[in-house]
Amino acid sequence: MTDRTLLCGRELAVWRGERCLFEQLHFELGPEQLAVLVGANGSGKTTLLRILAGLGLPTAGSATWKGTSIAELAGEERAEIAYRGHHDALKRDMTVVENLAFHSALWGQEQAFEDVLEELKLDHVAHMRARYLSAGQRRRAAMAMLKLQGAKLWLLDEPTTNLDGEGRALLVEWTHRHIAGGGLAVIATHQPDEFAMRGALVIDLS
Amino acid sequence: MSAFQAVLLRDLRVAFRRWSELAHPLIFFVIVVTLFPLALSPTSSQLREVGVGVLWVATLLSSLLALDGLFRADADDGSLEQMLLSPAPMTITVLAKVTAHALVTLLPLICLVPVSAYTFNIPLAALPTLAVALLLAAPTLSVLVALGAALTVGLRRGGSIVGLLVLPLTAPLLIFGTRATDLSVNGEPTTAPLLFLGALAALAVSLGPLAIAAAVKVGIE
Repeated sequence: MTDRTLLCGRELAVWRGERCLFEQLHFELGPEQLAVLVGANGSGKTTLLRILAGLGLPTAGSATWKGTSIAELAGEERAEIAYRGHHDALKRDMTVVENLAFHSALWGQEQAFEDVLEELKLDHVAHMRARYLSAGQRRRAAMAMLKLQGAKLWLLDEPTTNLDGEGRALLVEWTHRHIAGGGLAVIATHQPDEFAMRGALVIDLS
Repeated sequence: MSAFQAVLLRDLRVAFRRWSELAHPLIFFVIVVTLFPLALSPTSSQLREVGVGVLWVATLLSSLLALDGLFRADADDGSLEQMLLSPAPMTITVLAKVTAHALVTLLPLICLVPVSAYTFNIPLAALPTLAVALLLAAPTLSVLVALGAALTVGLRRGGSIVGLLVLPLTAPLLIFGTRATDLSVNGEPTTAPLLFLGALAALAVSLGPLAIAAAVKVGIE
């Protein structure tokens, strides 16, 4: 483990009953580094991301953030990790703005989100209830939450699903800017080329 | 804005935007309470005898009706995960959610009970005690219901199991609640059972959120 390592997985293994999803998985990730998680459907990409987010436990091995086991993180260090799964975490009965305001309050942040909404082209639906948004627009709203959270480590599970070309390009641009600014990201995707950048780590689960 | 406030306001807002669902437990309560006089001979003295018990049992049953959405909705859309991941302690988040749930489901129910009590010929003088007993029972009931909802959040259909889990645990509320109301109907002092209800409420509010938060964490994995 080098000094720069922030996120570290050691001898990670996950068993689902008799079936082994993956075992003996090692990786280390430092600032300004991107990891792309590839593998067939059912190879354990989501499971691994959930372990890294602290939402699940591995069958064996350990996952640490700054040397602390991720499942035991609390408070400030917990807030450094952002996880965006298949669900958008939008309340369908609240407007986009209300959803973002709630999300910011949960993370103890108070910031304006007009700029982010404009960048995502969500400004015209900002006061519409989330249930009237298209799947792509909901994804964009989830992107807004990710950006507003200002976390150091991004864990994204197939983030480009439902996004149009423009949305994908924006997400890739944001990711690259996040990495360049000293951030880390682990992205599960079926199109690893999309996020391609120099020095990216590829974790292949198949 | 603190996390408690944010979660409380969010849940209240969502509840009021789906207000038709809020009415279900209330209508259920009215139906149950109306069925009893139809099944029994409706002489006023007999009604008064069973009335207290019927009101309490109907309240407990109605409160079970609204619990499925407490954590399930948030688990389905992914926001429960985000709450678990946020730096706000889960016990605080859970306490806010339970408070919001109690305000929108139990409070209207508690307002309805004294009205129904009047139709059971329970003397007006006993209504304040009945209301106080219900208010003291409400925190414990909310925590028990939330614990049941949290334990079954990972199951696809938790509704019927929650009833089996939670209803037996509400027995102390039923015992002390009906006792207080009965004593008050007979014009006797009601302090002892009310104090017991208050003690149970203190226990539930202080330890309940810890248990519920732990149950949610296990359920979401």
